[in-house]
Amino acid sequence: MSSKTENMYKDTAAGAGSRAVDEKVLENEENAILSVRDLHTTFHTDSGEVHVVNGVSFNLTRGKILGVVGESGSGKSVTAYSIMQILAENGRVTGGQILYKGEDILKYNKKQMDSFRGEKCSIIFQDPMTSLNPTFTVGWQLREALQLHTGYKTRQAANARAIELLKMVGVNEPESRIKQYPFELSGGMRQRVMIAMALACEPDILIADEPTTALDVTIQAQILELMKDLQKKLGMAIILVTHDLGVIASMCDEVIVMYGGRVCERGTADDIFYRPCHEYTKGLLRSIPSAGNMKKKLIPIGGTPINMLALPEGCAFCPRCANAMKICLTQQPEELEMPDGHFASCWMNVKEAYEEEHNGKAGA
Amino acid sequence: MGVPEKIDTENLVELHNLKEYFPVRTGAFSTVPLKAVDGVSFNIRAGETLGLVGESGCGKTTVGRTMLRLYKPTGGEFYFDGELVTDKNIHRLRKQMQMVFQDPYSSLDPRMTVEDIIGEPLDIYHLYSSKAQRHERIMELMELVGLNAEHATRYAHEFSGGQRQRIGIARALAVNPKFIVCDEPVSALDVSIQAQVINMFEDLQKKLGVAYLFIAHDLLVVHHISKRIAVMYLGKLVEIADADDLNDNPIHPYTLSLLSAIPIPDPKTARASKRIVLEGDVPSPMHMPSGCPFRTRCRYATEQCAKEMPPLTDRGNGHSVACWNR
Ligand SMILES: Nc1ncnc2c1ncn2[C@@H]1O[C@H](COP(=O)(O)OP(=O)(O)O)[C@@H](O)[C@H]1O
Ligand SMILES: Nc1ncnc2c1ncn2[C@@H]1O[C@H](COP(=O)(O)OP(=O)(O)O)[C@@H](O)[C@H]1O
Ligand code: SF4
Ligand code: SF4
Ligand SMILES: [Mg+2]
Ligand SMILES: [Mg+2]
Repeated sequence: MSSKTENMYKDTAAGAGSRAVDEKVLENEENAILSVRDLHTTFHTDSGEVHVVNGVSFNLTRGKILGVVGESGSGKSVTAYSIMQILAENGRVTGGQILYKGEDILKYNKKQMDSFRGEKCSIIFQDPMTSLNPTFTVGWQLREALQLHTGYKTRQAANARAIELLKMVGVNEPESRIKQYPFELSGGMRQRVMIAMALACEPDILIADEPTTALDVTIQAQILELMKDLQKKLGMAIILVTHDLGVIASMCDEVIVMYGGRVCERGTADDIFYRPCHEYTKGLLRSIPSAGNMKKKLIPIGGTPINMLALPEGCAFCPRCANAMKICLTQQPEELEMPDGHFASCWMNVKEAYEEEHNGKAGA
Repeated sequence: MGVPEKIDTENLVELHNLKEYFPVRTGAFSTVPLKAVDGVSFNIRAGETLGLVGESGCGKTTVGRTMLRLYKPTGGEFYFDGELVTDKNIHRLRKQMQMVFQDPYSSLDPRMTVEDIIGEPLDIYHLYSSKAQRHERIMELMELVGLNAEHATRYAHEFSGGQRQRIGIARALAVNPKFIVCDEPVSALDVSIQAQVINMFEDLQKKLGVAYLFIAHDLLVVHHISKRIAVMYLGKLVEIADADDLNDNPIHPYTLSLLSAIPIPDPKTARASKRIVLEGDVPSPMHMPSGCPFRTRCRYATEQCAKEMPPLTDRGNGHSVACWNR
């Protein structure tokens, strides 16, 4: 790492222990069940190759909830789908590693990947009908998953386990529900059934992509409580993708903030909410209504949403950043460790970059 | 009662007992009424914002659309600026009452230029005497909502969600309305863009004195923008109060659980707060419970609740609640 990219807090007492990022990543990896390193995913389109995920790295700690938050189109879902290898036909992971318990799943063959998806890692979506088949009963679908991926091989055993799972996710009258079709259930109920399906094989990792976005707030509260509860009971790790900072604050141990296919910042929920070190995160927190600013004017982030077809050369947030400097236009900020131990990628944290910009201005 | 019987001239909007029943076919020759809105009353003063919240399907959109007579009301009266709104005067009054929709993508014709979209109401109501005047007015409106003049000749589909919402509100403002029904106008927008549009609504109100019925499901957004807030459940208004008062002292059991279900964007508060998790789902409006519609999920319910719908009663400071037991 060049001297230019040193953390501006380095001189402060808190910053005395700053280390290079790679070291810290390795250390975290010991507790990580999943470790994504420098992930790149692109889509082939009529307008050319679209670079949607551009060097995303993070660790998912065993038994913890990791929130992924960011602008729509920032690559949250594509990151999740890259892990599950369920990208659309025109999509491709072009670089990086996805380590599950130290093994790079990008090197798995089809059989290994099927078993990863079926037994180690499950995904649930905003729309439960993405995972539920409308033409089969709830019971049939649960039994199918159980008989295929778990030890419940007989119809009888699978049926009993299906009822148990439905009970666990709070579906009332599970004995009669298993005879129903998905369309006969309410939205919240379908979401529960989808969660039951995802848990059928007792995965180590659950990826939830905006699982409550389509639900009303009282039903959202039910589903979030349920997820928290199950996470504690079963000890699995969860990646929770959402654009809702309220959901992040009430659910997550750790958080990554994305913009333009990159990670702006990652750390504990408290790091992100109370000590944000990236201009996008700061802007996002200022722009939402909260108990503290009901009587005040909101401070919006200016500009318009990012165009992934015309990503800036430097920081992706640059066109909307009120504090953008010359260096931001041309050079991507490197990820640095902050004094409190979380990570951010913003030139504002680099003392030399900041000083150069402002001395430059004074001299002109 | 929450609503005075007499017409209060300070109220721009006075809604008395609005009902909208949709006939739903149950057999070849039979229909049953779906009571989407069932006896909703409220007032809005000039230049004021009333927020309207409640679960999806509770009738918020229908209230707005029925007020503007996009649906023919099943019952009730709507006084606008002291005048009873009828089929006869609605065309004239619609010039003063406009609507802005949730989905900026579907509510604007993608093949029309921004100029055409904003100019359309000017044409309909003959609000100019020359081409130059029309153009001038369009430019004025675009500036008002923060759009660049050079955007005038571009097509709606070339704009982002937040910008389309600006175009939609410029069109609504073209006729100089006194009242705008805003139906989930920021729900489809990114969080970072929502604040821009909320500020625009607030600025326009200050500048033009327009009143809003602001429908949204995000309670924090509604609290921020509204002077007062009305809460609906299954077609009924269950509580209405000053925004801060409702937030600090909710009375109706449904409002209590609604407020406690909001995920607060602050980890410390979130860790400290205990949620009241509501059991069960909203009943189907086709199988409305007798009496109080909330009784199937209410932990305060008693026998009386099954017998009769509680009336909306004033608990002081214009805070009205419809509940037998609280
Ligand atoms: N199949 C696809 N083909 C082309 N572009 C895609 C495809 N899927 C997603 N994208 C693009 O990738 C970007 C990131 O999408 P996504 O991960 O879904 O965003 P979000 O953060 O909202 O979940 C978007 O700009 C989207 O248009
Ligand atoms: N045009 C219509 N015909 C029949 N039923 C309708 C119509 N519009 C709305 N409804 C029903 O009326 C109820 C209230 O709907 P709506 O006003 O859209 O609720 P909200 O805006 O609060 O989500 C719902 O049950 C809905 O299905
Ligand atoms: S790197 Fe520069 S443009 Fe990007 S967020 Fe930081 S200050 Fe703004
Ligand atoms: S009237 Fe009865 S059922 Fe309805 S909210 Fe009050 S206590 Fe609950
Ligand atoms: Mg997504
Ligand atoms: Mg609606």
